[in-house]
Amino acid sequence: MNRTETGRHVNAIARNAAPHGTHGRLGPLWTFFFRYGPPRWSRYVLDHWTGQRLVIAVPYLWLGIFFLIPFLIVLKISFAEVDPGGRPPYKPVFDWLQLNEGVLKDGALQIRLAIHSYVYLITEPLYWSSMLFSLKVAAVSTVLALGVGYPMAYAIARSNPTARNLLLMLVILPFWTSFLLRVYAWVGLLKADGVINNVLLAIGVIHEPLTMMKTDFALYIGIVYSYLPFMILPLYSNLEKHDNTLIEAASDLGAGPIRAFMRVTLPLSMPGIVAGSLLVFIPAVGEYVIPELLGRSDQLMIATQLYHEFFSDRDWPNASAVAIAMLLLLVVPIMIFQHFQNRELQAARK
Amino acid sequence: MSGGGKTDGKFSKTMLALGLVFLYLPIITLIVFSFNDSRSVTVWASATTKWYGKLLEDEQILTAAWLSVRIGALSATFAAMLGTLAGLVLARFGPFRGRALLQGLTTAPLVMPEIITGLSMLLLFVSIEQLLHWLFGWQFDRGMLTIIIAHITFTMAYVTVIVQSRLAGFDDSLEEAALDLGARPAKVFFRITVPLILPAILSGWLLAFTLSWDDVVVTTFVTGPGSSTLPLVIFSRVRLGVSPVVNALATIMVVIVACGVILSAIFMRRQEQRRKREEQMAASG
Repeated sequence: MNRTETGRHVNAIARNAAPHGTHGRLGPLWTFFFRYGPPRWSRYVLDHWTGQRLVIAVPYLWLGIFFLIPFLIVLKISFAEVDPGGRPPYKPVFDWLQLNEGVLKDGALQIRLAIHSYVYLITEPLYWSSMLFSLKVAAVSTVLALGVGYPMAYAIARSNPTARNLLLMLVILPFWTSFLLRVYAWVGLLKADGVINNVLLAIGVIHEPLTMMKTDFALYIGIVYSYLPFMILPLYSNLEKHDNTLIEAASDLGAGPIRAFMRVTLPLSMPGIVAGSLLVFIPAVGEYVIPELLGRSDQLMIATQLYHEFFSDRDWPNASAVAIAMLLLLVVPIMIFQHFQNRELQAARK
Repeated sequence: MSGGGKTDGKFSKTMLALGLVFLYLPIITLIVFSFNDSRSVTVWASATTKWYGKLLEDEQILTAAWLSVRIGALSATFAAMLGTLAGLVLARFGPFRGRALLQGLTTAPLVMPEIITGLSMLLLFVSIEQLLHWLFGWQFDRGMLTIIIAHITFTMAYVTVIVQSRLAGFDDSLEEAALDLGARPAKVFFRITVPLILPAILSGWLLAFTLSWDDVVVTTFVTGPGSSTLPLVIFSRVRLGVSPVVNALATIMVVIVACGVILSAIFMRRQEQRRKREEQMAASG
């Protein structure tokens, strides 16, 4: 049942059901009531109309209250002034002005917008450097994950169906185990007296332990390791759909395997590459746990900066401003991701 | 796919093997050193199971694990219900006003950095607290309830995507047939749609549980005094350094997950085979 049809039906009911003599001022009100109120008299409307609205309303309300409104609050608080002793530690942005000393009177709504959180954000080089560092880490990790993930997805897509299911399961399985514990596992491997150093020392490749913990190297490993399944799965689901005859045609026409790959497979797998890369890049920019356990302590990523701002300095307005800046940074990649996500779903429908 | 040359086939197969080693090596060392009779989790002494004994005596971890199980189960259940509704609405209700916004709201949490979600949820809860205090003079502490609400919100997106893409894979002829035969939409939903997408709902539930069970960042923000979930306890411990008790815990979790994944794979395979058989019978009969 489509919407306009239902709407017409309801309007017809509303017209017929409106008691005589209610034209004039009550007329629009009746229409309004019949359009939005509970139309109990018609089972048809009850089934197709209210129910449908109600079903739409439930997830809408939940996400509106707990996902959309919080961002407006973050935006509001990013314009607040810090109040170090206060609970919560910021001064209200919207305030009722109290006129006349001592006499409480409802006055005008006062709005105080303090932009110094943003000024601080722009003038303090610390934020610029952690922003740029986050972008760099995310970009390098994405390229590394693509370099490792693409051949893996390709090999899985080319294997026979039985092996394929097993391999896919092997790729997905670590994803189901605790992310935190898998990052922790790398601490044991990379430490100065860790497994890798011990093995290398024992076989005599090195004579002094390598410093790997708390370096960018460890950070890249941690991020690539944690997000690799997110890269492989979209790539696999793209590569699996490829029509093999295209490659055969290319090689019949004299293209070598590398050329056929570059000219046929790679362009066709672009949607998978974009989806996988964004699934790695976006969360990597805002990563907190991995740099905290494996990364350097002299160069912070932006999420760590936000965390310190919030928990150590208790500067909530500034932390909110950092969050807004991060959102602005990520809004374009997130939009691209949603665009591709929607296209995939549209394609699945056909 | 089987085209292409021999060389790139070899290259990608080698990369696959190396990639799998990369994925599993850390997990295997984690397991091996949980049986190591030394405080150092990196130098092998001799085999022991004493860390498992220590784990069972560790009140803090056990309390936190029980809290995490309850939070995970409750939030996954609500997330599965809300996510199924959202997936149904997006896949089946056609183009209604505000559909694009709902689609955006359901996919945004998938890629939203956790630190932003956590901060914004906390600020929401603080505002609600202020409002309730101002209106009714109520006081309440953040804790299990706020954690559950936050977890429902960021995990329902995953359920939505799974359910929506599952529904998009079916055409709605079965549902329409039931409607034509006079079934009410609610009945159609529970008798036709839900059984069809049950595997999707179940895997959505499991995913939501796993994400809730594993979450550090959002929980750090929205938790209150006395509500330390398991990931918070683990995180505060591994920040101080490696600990064999954590290795023992990790081993138990890996074993449970591996069993779960293998069992569900077998189950799904059976389902698939049965469906195929039935299809063949229907075609021949």
